[in-house]
Amino acid sequence: MKDFTYTVDADGVAIITWDCPDKSMNVLSFEALKDLDAHMDTALADDAVKGVIITSGKKDFAGGMDLNVLAQLKASAGDDPARGVFEGVMQMHAILRKIERAGMDPKTNKGGKPVACAMPGTGMGIGYEIPLACHRIFAADNPKAKIGLPEIMVGIFPGAGGTTRMVRKMGAMAAAPFLLEGKSVAPAKAKAAGMVDEVVPADELLSAAKDWVLNATDADIVKPWDVKGYKMPGGAPYHPAGFQTFVGAAAMIHAKTNGVYPAAKALLSAVYEGAQVPFDTALKIEARWFTSVIMNPSSSAMIRSLFLNKQALEKGAVRPADVPDQTVKKVGVLGAGMMGAGIALVSAKAGIEVVLIDQAQEAADRGKDYAATYMDKGIARRKATPEKKEALLSMITATTDLEALKGCDLIVEAVFEDPGVKAEMTKKVEAIVGDDCIFATNTSTLPITELAKASVRSDQFIGIHFFSPVEKMMLVEIIKGKETGDRAVAKALDFTRQIRKTPIVVNDARFFYANRCIIPYINEGIRMVGEGVSPALIEGAARLLGFPVGPLQLVDETSIDLGVKIAKATRAAMGDAYPDGAVDDVVFWMFDEGRLGRKSNAGFYDYDDKGKRSQLWPGLEAKYPLADDQPDLAEVQHRLMMAQVLEAVRAKEEGVLMDIREGDVGAILGWGFAPWSGGPFSWLDMIGAEKAVEICDGLTKTHGARFTTPDTLRDMAAKGDGFYTRFDAEQAA
Amino acid sequence: MTEAYIYDTVRTPRGKGKPDGTLHEVPAVRLSALALNELKTRNNLEGHAVEDVIWGNVTQVASQGACLARSAVLYSELDERIPGVSVNRFCASGLEAVNMAANQVKGGAGDAYIAGGVESMSRVPMGMDGGAIAADPFLAMKAYFVPQGISSDIIATEYGFSRDDCDAYAVESQKRAAAARADGRFKSVMTVRDQNGLTIMDQDEMIRETTMQTLGGLNPSFKAMGEVMPGFDAVALLKYPHLERINHVHHAGNSSGIADGAAAILIGNKEYGERMGLKPRARIKATAKIGTDPTIMLTGPVPATERVLQAAGMQIGDLDLFEVNEAFASVVLRFLQYFDADHDKTNVNGGAIAMGHPLGATGAVIISALLDELERSDKETGLATLCIGSGMGAATIIERV
Repeated sequence: MKDFTYTVDADGVAIITWDCPDKSMNVLSFEALKDLDAHMDTALADDAVKGVIITSGKKDFAGGMDLNVLAQLKASAGDDPARGVFEGVMQMHAILRKIERAGMDPKTNKGGKPVACAMPGTGMGIGYEIPLACHRIFAADNPKAKIGLPEIMVGIFPGAGGTTRMVRKMGAMAAAPFLLEGKSVAPAKAKAAGMVDEVVPADELLSAAKDWVLNATDADIVKPWDVKGYKMPGGAPYHPAGFQTFVGAAAMIHAKTNGVYPAAKALLSAVYEGAQVPFDTALKIEARWFTSVIMNPSSSAMIRSLFLNKQALEKGAVRPADVPDQTVKKVGVLGAGMMGAGIALVSAKAGIEVVLIDQAQEAADRGKDYAATYMDKGIARRKATPEKKEALLSMITATTDLEALKGCDLIVEAVFEDPGVKAEMTKKVEAIVGDDCIFATNTSTLPITELAKASVRSDQFIGIHFFSPVEKMMLVEIIKGKETGDRAVAKALDFTRQIRKTPIVVNDARFFYANRCIIPYINEGIRMVGEGVSPALIEGAARLLGFPVGPLQLVDETSIDLGVKIAKATRAAMGDAYPDGAVDDVVFWMFDEGRLGRKSNAGFYDYDDKGKRSQLWPGLEAKYPLADDQPDLAEVQHRLMMAQVLEAVRAKEEGVLMDIREGDVGAILGWGFAPWSGGPFSWLDMIGAEKAVEICDGLTKTHGARFTTPDTLRDMAAKGDGFYTRFDAEQAA
Repeated sequence: MTEAYIYDTVRTPRGKGKPDGTLHEVPAVRLSALALNELKTRNNLEGHAVEDVIWGNVTQVASQGACLARSAVLYSELDERIPGVSVNRFCASGLEAVNMAANQVKGGAGDAYIAGGVESMSRVPMGMDGGAIAADPFLAMKAYFVPQGISSDIIATEYGFSRDDCDAYAVESQKRAAAARADGRFKSVMTVRDQNGLTIMDQDEMIRETTMQTLGGLNPSFKAMGEVMPGFDAVALLKYPHLERINHVHHAGNSSGIADGAAAILIGNKEYGERMGLKPRARIKATAKIGTDPTIMLTGPVPATERVLQAAGMQIGDLDLFEVNEAFASVVLRFLQYFDADHDKTNVNGGAIAMGHPLGATGAVIISALLDELERSDKETGLATLCIGSGMGAATIIERV
């Protein structure tokens, strides 16, 4: 019994304190939950105990469940993992339900002991589900604390009664943003929403809880849903108002998730079915749906990529271990365009001193204004204050004077994508900054090894590829040139951690990793337009795969002229081997038509005066008439999917990608690759190598060599294994 | 095999299915009983005269709950030994009642049945019975549920019917219905009387003069629920990804009207007619039902018709008349398009767009309309078909004898 301690004070109030040793944040293990249960048993059995307070010995209440518990439960029933999960979850329900009933008589609801939860700070996931089972929730008035149920964001849903209790407490409509979007709020807002009962000054937290415990009556501790005649706020599904809510919810969730996220569906079913039955039956229903989600391969893949591996990468899973801390103190950003301005903003936000350089003072100032505008929006939304804005802006020096870069320990170059310009800047800046300064280029297309030739310290030269808009996109792609040393890698990784983004580290090759995969996706879409496939079908097929943006819309966003530029450069580099002539026909024609994408208010889509996308451009069909025989949906989807997935596999085979975890996490964060799948490698594992080979062989036959089945896949199909089975075996070895 | 014959058809006029409709004062059980009594009087159905009353009725709750069919028999002057069964196949319930009765007779389960149906939509609004198809998230998502108005607009989008196409169809339906009523073509229509014998209603009341201009002024009915709250179009596009958007072309003027009404049909074998001294009017040649994609939902008349033609051993060209329920203009336009059928042979006296669609009754109503018109124009065979909620279709071929 380590994670929870038990004391009884002089007034007969039992205090159960959650304080995981050696951890900064409480995380619940299954063993610890049983300890909590044992303490509750003690409290309920002891006549001297009048009531209970569950609290935390840390500044926060709890961060959530240890997700390894799910794997343990799966393994706990031998060859019947579903039973292991279901029975484990039902045990959790029984434990929390015991807290909620607290010994009261099942018929009269009398004689129970009051249980208060005192939350000093953040309570997420199970860290809010335990409070929900208590009779009254006290939260310290800590504006930094977050309270909520974020499970949906990693592909599961609150499965320890949180779903059922929150809906019964608040109604389906009010609970929706918390359950379906994983929204979390500070204590004051949590109280306004009805999630917690009282917000008190931090130093009065325990005394307030204790006052309540000592004065609570039988009626105070009975949950509304345990009282006869309980009606769900907003109406149960077959109450007239409730009916509309549930019909609308099913449609909205279906549309919003494109039907590809099992957790959101299962959550809604648990709510709907549970709302029509008594509470204990509702918990059982919740457990069955929760189990179905845990057993769903999509959820396992999402947890793995979006939680476990994302966190591992953020914590430095691929950082060179023997390099000391490389925290950035002063960063120089060269070029105050959109990328440079964004990099300056996120750096200043992280408390790093920034020197923002451009050729003209106005340009440099505009770059700094970008940060000001960003903060103004935050102020308008009450997420920031004028003081914070001033503090942030004071971190940024916008200037034309390269001398100001003196003392920088990191340079991020984001000037025009021209090797000559970049080389000149590299030389000039290296002459000014200190010998140990790391020089990073934010190029998205130019080979790092080539650019490094301009550097006198090529082991300190590296690529840090940001995605646009920098302040929103979570991924940072770090590219090692041939000569890049470990300290440069560590610097880039430590910088990424400072600005709270997720890094992947790849080797230098054309288009690195992300763009290497995105370009074939876009090209496949454009190629189909040329073939006379319905543009709506192309975009619809992508949407149904769970891609946030279809390939044609993506071209419009990134612009046709960029496409033309990349095509020309690639064609020049590859010569006769260049495979995308059919794509270029369409792209160059669009370019000649002046349809450059969103920026010219005309691209594959039409746009209205306000720049809002209105419809696919009818001119496409005029130029490329729809083929009489349209391909079926699956074929279009396979083409769009394999175009990128095979590129990821090749990147791994060629050693550009060193770690499939980076390939998966990078794909989801970098270009929104079907998050439900867990990433390209997870997707291949999910469909199985054998099926993947079948698809590729079929596509190769009908559409050509770009779909040639990679050897890795063929080998996996023969051996019956997959990327993660191999990865796990390597890790274990 | 034993043949099933239609001996008689009666229907009430269709009243506007709102509180200001003429039949709003008559509860569904009495409206049903009035139709049953009319059939009894006209055909002298004394004693245990039929095996069962098979009664279409969609929203089986409140005053239409608790097996309205049996209640209607007990409310009527039929013998209490005649039982009653309510059937719900949504909009085709009345036709399903006819088909079940015909097939019971053909199979030898009794000599005669009364089939028909009722709906008092003014008293028991559509949807009052809830339903898992819309609210149960597992089912709603598995079936890509959208309301039928959205489905009618999917048909229009998928098969290329414009707002003008649909409006023109509606104008013609009104014109035909008005002409038919003026010409006294609705022979099956009975007078609805109160308990004192006073007339409440003796002809359809929803027919109105319309033009393309008047219809042009109406707002699409399903645009808001499709595009805004809760956004059913997005669900439809998940099922129909090759569409860029759903064109919302349907409105109150080119969709069926909400109505109150009842219809009853006497169906029996040959011996029954001989014993009762009744002359058969038509043979029920074949029946069919089919399930279809629940999202587009209302395309069932096409496969149901193919199926009933196959059962009858006939071609589409063998049929003289078509009654295709005018649930929405696009439903009939799709039927005409697919079979390249002649609009002049289809819904010749108008349909539900002009006269209303009392859900549980309509199937029996259009059988009566079809038979009345076959007789009037001295033609032989006709087909009645309806689209059905949740993606189904039903069809019947009748042949004069």
